[in-house]
Amino acid sequence: MSKRIDINNLNVYYGEFLAVEDVSLSIEPKSITAFIGPSGCGKSTFLRTLNRMHEVIPGARVEGEVLIDGVNLYGDNVDPVTVRRHVGMVFQRPNPFPTMSIAENVLAGYRLNNKRVSRSDADDLVEESLRGANLWNEVKDRLDRPGSSLSGGQQQRLCIARAIAIKPDVLLMDEPCSALDPISTLAIEDLMAELKDQYTIVIVTHNMQQAARVSDRTAFFNIAGTGKPGKLIEMNETPVMFSTPSEKATEDYISGRFG
Amino acid sequence: MTQSTSSPEAPTESDYGTHPGAAANRVFRWLSTGAGALILITLAAVATFLLAEAWPAIAMGSEELGETVSFIKPDQGQSLMEIIGYLIFGTLVISVIALLIATPVAIGIALFISHYAPRRLAQGLGYMIDLLAAVPSVVYGLWGVAVLVPFMQPFYQFLADYLGFIPIFAPPESGEIFTGRVAMSAGIVLAIMILPIITAVSREVFLQTPTLHEEAALAMGATRWEMIKMAVFPFGRSGMIGATMLGLGRALGETMAVLMIISPGLTFSAAVLQPNQHNTIAAYIALQFPEANSMGVNSLIAMGLALFVITLLVNMLARWIVSRRKDFSGAN
Repeated sequence: MSKRIDINNLNVYYGEFLAVEDVSLSIEPKSITAFIGPSGCGKSTFLRTLNRMHEVIPGARVEGEVLIDGVNLYGDNVDPVTVRRHVGMVFQRPNPFPTMSIAENVLAGYRLNNKRVSRSDADDLVEESLRGANLWNEVKDRLDRPGSSLSGGQQQRLCIARAIAIKPDVLLMDEPCSALDPISTLAIEDLMAELKDQYTIVIVTHNMQQAARVSDRTAFFNIAGTGKPGKLIEMNETPVMFSTPSEKATEDYISGRFG
Repeated sequence: MTQSTSSPEAPTESDYGTHPGAAANRVFRWLSTGAGALILITLAAVATFLLAEAWPAIAMGSEELGETVSFIKPDQGQSLMEIIGYLIFGTLVISVIALLIATPVAIGIALFISHYAPRRLAQGLGYMIDLLAAVPSVVYGLWGVAVLVPFMQPFYQFLADYLGFIPIFAPPESGEIFTGRVAMSAGIVLAIMILPIITAVSREVFLQTPTLHEEAALAMGATRWEMIKMAVFPFGRSGMIGATMLGLGRALGETMAVLMIISPGLTFSAAVLQPNQHNTIAAYIALQFPEANSMGVNSLIAMGLALFVITLLVNMLARWIVSRRKDFSGAN
């Protein structure tokens, strides 16, 4: 289920504005890859190109290749809707559908592919996904309550359950803990460590301790100044990045000597 | 700062007392409270007027009323209450036709503007729709009589020929539809009249859909339409109901266009393609008012009271629909 991603010479644009310039990197299957860097360096923008969510914004486009197990996501015969069914995403702020119950939220994506789901299959999938997201024990008695009745951390785990219910190849997480308290953050980090046995996980984070704790490999993005495009500075095994980075900019950022 | 302390260093309560802006805050509070109260007073005044003026006609025996008021004919078995009954029925029939036609079209236009059209086209289309709202109802009436009625007649004949076995489309006894001046035509014109308000309100609601929810749907592989079903409609549900009720309110009260188009009658007939079957409260009042004597005016006001009550009921129904499943409303 987990797949390898290779990005070759990717340029990301908003209209005429070049937001991320010439990124080439590889993401290993069954591992957690973290993107770190200062605000505005384009790491979230770059993440959104991996499931073609970037182009939801009017005028946004990319040049270059994103290969998932060798298939170019930006090929001529590729439908972005299908891409997103293979590459799941969890957002910065928890966004369960407020009009749906907890169970319906989990099933929302699955129902897009399977119009008719038997009652028992649906129940099994809800339990499996919620267990997978470490949420089952907390919500099993109130599956018909609205998703918005949960706490922020629970809502975020509900969103993860919703994402893994469709069995994606890759799971993208865009600062998934930045709106959460430390205890909920820990719960999500534990969950990520379990999920990486099955999924390729890419996480964008502002929190360098988090990147150091959870990720196997880390990529550092930086920006030369306002209006300049973001660039990939370097990428390596996480312990190497946080002890002996090869670039001065990485060392400055990691040690906090960066504006 | 204060005159009452002996040592200037020691703070007193008055240092933490009133501040500039407190008076303005109080004034504004009373202004807004007053504005709120004004609504209640106006509503109460209207209700009181309707009740007080309608009462003489309601209280009077139907025999006596029939002798004093020219348009109530007891010899044809008509009483005031029966006429009101026919008119409520006619009003509802025509308004429901208008809503059934206008709501889907309006929501379609609103969705196109908010989620499908390129920005520039969306803006232009929005202005056009707003312009529709600016056309006076008498112009709609003229257009209805001069253009729509003759245009629709062959379609009505077709419906009557092939679907005439359904009571709604039943033709007159002769089988021929000679005139298009029927409830259906009035309903179509009203539909066009209420289209802008339903469109405008729905469009605003759809544009308010949180990007967060739209992206949640798209990111799990929803198509545009699936995203609209998952995120936009549930979020905009109460807004769409509100928009429809605003449209219904206008349809219920519309006078001029109906008066000009419909060939009026007083029955409980479902046949919307037959002339001389239906009339609305507002159009009936406008038609009879110039010739009415004083008790006649009282009778007409009783009909106005009925319209007031229907509108109130419709709005309460809408509120109730919106308030069900409040937990799931998305407002939190």
